[in-house]
Amino acid sequence: MALLEVRDLTVNFVRRGERPFTAVDGVSFDVEPGQTVGLVGESGCGKSVTSLAIMRLLAKRGNKVSGSVRFEGTDLLRLSDKDMRDRRGRDLGMVFQDPLSSLNPVIPIGLQITEVLERHRGMSRKAASIEAVDLLDKVGIPDPSRRLTEYPHQLSGGMRQRALIAIALACRPRLLIADEPTTALDVTIQAQILALLRELVQDTGTALIMITHDLGVVAGLCDEVNVLYGGKIVERAQRHQLFAEPRHPYTHGLLASIPRLDAGRGEKLIPIRGSVADNIPWDGGCAFAPRCPNALPVCREVSPRLVPDNGGLLRCHNPVRPAVAAGGGTR
Amino acid sequence: MSNPAAEVLLEVSDLKVHFPIKRGIVIDRTIGHVFAVDGVDLAIRRGETYGLVGESGCGKSTLGRAILRLSEPTAGKVVFDGTDVAALKGEELRKARRRMQMIFQDPLSSLDPRQSVESILLEGMRAHGLDKDEEATQRRLRQLLSAVGLPETSLRKYPHEFSGGQRQRIGIARALSVEPDLIVADEPVSALDVSVQAQVVNLLEDLQDRLGLTYLVIAHDLAVVRHISDRIGVMYLGALVEETDADTLYENPMHPYTRALLSAIPVPDPVVEDTREQILLAGDLPSPANPPTGCRFHTRCPWRQASLCDTDRPQLREIGRGHRVACHYAEDIRDGRIQPHEVEPELIELTGALNPDLGPPDVGTVSEIL
Repeated sequence: MALLEVRDLTVNFVRRGERPFTAVDGVSFDVEPGQTVGLVGESGCGKSVTSLAIMRLLAKRGNKVSGSVRFEGTDLLRLSDKDMRDRRGRDLGMVFQDPLSSLNPVIPIGLQITEVLERHRGMSRKAASIEAVDLLDKVGIPDPSRRLTEYPHQLSGGMRQRALIAIALACRPRLLIADEPTTALDVTIQAQILALLRELVQDTGTALIMITHDLGVVAGLCDEVNVLYGGKIVERAQRHQLFAEPRHPYTHGLLASIPRLDAGRGEKLIPIRGSVADNIPWDGGCAFAPRCPNALPVCREVSPRLVPDNGGLLRCHNPVRPAVAAGGGTR
Repeated sequence: MSNPAAEVLLEVSDLKVHFPIKRGIVIDRTIGHVFAVDGVDLAIRRGETYGLVGESGCGKSTLGRAILRLSEPTAGKVVFDGTDVAALKGEELRKARRRMQMIFQDPLSSLDPRQSVESILLEGMRAHGLDKDEEATQRRLRQLLSAVGLPETSLRKYPHEFSGGQRQRIGIARALSVEPDLIVADEPVSALDVSVQAQVVNLLEDLQDRLGLTYLVIAHDLAVVRHISDRIGVMYLGALVEETDADTLYENPMHPYTRALLSAIPVPDPVVEDTREQILLAGDLPSPANPPTGCRFHTRCPWRQASLCDTDRPQLREIGRGHRVACHYAEDIRDGRIQPHEVEPELIELTGALNPDLGPPDVGTVSEIL
């Protein structure tokens, strides 16, 4: 049995006076113990809402969540609020994008870590602070005992993110969800944080859901990658498979449109035309069809289904042929 | 394309921008300086793209703004096509600005939400007296829109009606409206989604080919900079540490910081990611208000040596054709005579005064205020 089984997860934003908007649309995936799964997509594809829905962090008002999220067999979406609070932080940890706004600015770092230890592991304040020093040391914060008494604004961005990871790992959760953990950081600091995450996953066997827009981050970290577009998974593949042979025109387009550090100069980038605003609703065809270089008439009539393909999953009527993909262009 | 014989359009020599740190409510005391840009020399030739990379806080944006006199330089010269812009005043400065334009990072906050696109594009032309003939002006507006790939109907619309990529196109059209020679683009694509980034990057390249523009592109993303630049300068804590052409920088980086920066950038290819060697830098960027002595990078440098590094500040020196490096031991590192070692991360003190929106300000004692 998988550690986490997400089935048909759907999130509707219901606002008074507005048409309901489906942010996440029937997303299903599994996470095995110790596995790193990537959710990749551009802004607005539903990747963050998926993670918030798994953690039950979306406000009840205005958001309709359906489907199931089974964690070791228990459906998190059916748990009472109190039971969910016990799970959050103990079984499932989360690291957010902006460490400054996810840390409490008026409480010292140390207290924010011991709070978790006292709440979930029933430790005394004293034992918890000894453990906190240990945790800060493990995530690579120099002089941890002094840092305990400092406030978030006294730490640099990279150190704040480390502190946040320490909080998320305090109870040794079996699943860690990292939502764009390095987007707000500089590249050299990003490299430090990614190395830290990689190490923690290896050492503790924690499963990791990595949410990012950066395909480079995915390439170095994830075992399995889900590409999201318009709230649906459009392609799933093992890491090497996805980058070597992207099958969905969107995945292929993303890879062709990012400048690569190791590419020769003068190679033209091949952008994806249009923007997310051109999407058509999924029930009337493929949302990506208006931007797709491979679009057929059927793409605007019949919604494609997610079917097994090449060892992964694919949602496309007219996928990129491997030979064409190697040539680097689809148009 | 880079042509070593082409005439130099912009020459910056020993440019410094220092921001004072003030304390006190009634009596302003200057208690120190942030050395945002501290002695930069660079030359940009006509028609080339010069890329400036570095991490946040390295002074790259301040340098770009100082070149356009949007920030006042503390010292140094900015010679643009024969005239020292840093010394210009009043009307002369205003006239000089027509030839140097800027593209900003965030297209929404750099466009007036209450101005229509037409009015945004006309404002610069009017200020520089380029709108004399009504018919020619209208023709010019349509031409500008088609150059950046926007429909003519955009003229009557307002910035909020456009997507991020389209807004950036408006920003580019605005910069082009006064027919500049030099365009300083400060993080032109970092606010955009990846699929849209490529559109804007390609647009900038096309415009350069058609109009013969000279670009100074400032960005933190080395992959983007490498893609569009002829030459690249790498900045660290207010100074250039390495400067060379784009291919050499990638294939043969000499400065330890450039090497670390290159190895830190994720490549969207698992095969490369699994095999390449990473140089992880320890610690954070030191505060520009209190830069390290000697080489500014010595506190994080894995190749740091016991002598020179912490006492003498290395100057940029030429070690290959058009390849300048500010490192005492560049050749020894290249030839493998010095091996990297572990670096203990240093504690970086963030004080409230350096970041006015962080923490309470220290207002001084009562007797000082009275």
